[in-house]
Amino acid sequence: MAKVQGAVVVNIEECKGCGLCVVACPHDVLQLNKEVNSKGYHYSYMANPNACVGCAHCGVVCPDTCITVYRAKV
Amino acid sequence: MELKDLIKPENLVYGKTKILEDEPMHYCPGCSHGVVHKLLAELIGEMGLQEKTIGIAPVGCAVFAYKYLDIDWQEAAHGRAPAVATALIRLKPDNFVFTYQGDGDLASIGAAEIMHACNRGENILVIFINNGIYGMTGGQMAPTTIEGMVTSTTPGGRNVDLNGYPMKITNLIAQLPGTSYVTRQAVHTASAARKCKRSIKKAIENVLDKKGTSFVEVVSTCNSGWKMTPVGANTWMEDNMIPYYPLGDLKDSVKGENSSEN
Ligand SMILES: Cc1ncc(C[n+]2csc(CCOP(=O)(O)OP(=O)(O)O)c2C)c(N)n1
Ligand code: SF4
Ligand code: SF4
Repeated sequence: MAKVQGAVVVNIEECKGCGLCVVACPHDVLQLNKEVNSKGYHYSYMANPNACVGCAHCGVVCPDTCITVYRAKV
Repeated sequence: MELKDLIKPENLVYGKTKILEDEPMHYCPGCSHGVVHKLLAELIGEMGLQEKTIGIAPVGCAVFAYKYLDIDWQEAAHGRAPAVATALIRLKPDNFVFTYQGDGDLASIGAAEIMHACNRGENILVIFINNGIYGMTGGQMAPTTIEGMVTSTTPGGRNVDLNGYPMKITNLIAQLPGTSYVTRQAVHTASAARKCKRSIKKAIENVLDKKGTSFVEVVSTCNSGWKMTPVGANTWMEDNMIPYYPLGDLKDSVKGENSSEN
């Protein structure tokens, strides 16, 4: 069976650090960064990138449409 | 595969629709309004409706909705969006007209407007954001506030003897013969949001087919007004709001054929 690999790109400056994507991810890929963006929000990032399958759950629940999702067969 | 090889346009599976403006939304972090705006924007794009859509923005936190979707908009006075939508759809019957309203706007000050627009069966879509509170003005009790819920005007929790009962206005709307599709959805998980999008799509199709008023309630959070974290608000909503406002279709019919199960 072909394996899929996913990746997300977070728009750091528009992320408000709400954390909804962190709990929506079924594979514990995302965390809120210790660093903050220019508005002071702890933005989301891929803490565990290898586990991403590109399901886009994170993107769908993001109220600010900060997450772009990519997926490819490997 | 290296990330740089993966992050390429041909591998894109989810991104921001062009209908959404490049304007950061003013909503609090984690507010449901943003998710619902996005679903609407995606559908307007996917269904090719950008040129014929007219949204009616409410008074409430969504007052600036017109800044976020690249369509035509009209702002209405508090609660009056259904009256403005009535005028627009009658003057421009080939357009797609929707109202976007909170529970203070729709179920309190605008209760008469929404009832009569739905009773007349205006061919409009109503998006009803039920977050159980007046978000914009500091978290006062709304008609939809559930029993025992703490708000700034019910610091001891809503007391039904004093404050009346939480109003299931969507159930009342489903009774009206003018409505065609009446449903209650949520956007707190990816599967709920995807389901909500399918419901809004069906509602839009019904409106375009002139079947009568379509009404989509979205049980939502107002984490600032509720004084919770965004994730905590979603959990609280699931545990407390959804049992009182159960999700699912209340009516699927055509104007004049009253098939409400309630
Ligand atoms: C005629 C009038 N009365 C009262 C207000 C004050 N006001 C502004 S928003 C609002 C309530 C909004 O609550 P809701 O519709 O639930 O929307 P939310 O902010 O929760 O999204 C009120 C009472 C007003 N702007 N105009
Ligand atoms: S695409 Fe799916 S697996 Fe990848 S970070 Fe988002 S939710 Fe997690
Ligand atoms: S006050 Fe409540 S409804 Fe308004 S933007 Fe903040 S979370 Fe959303």
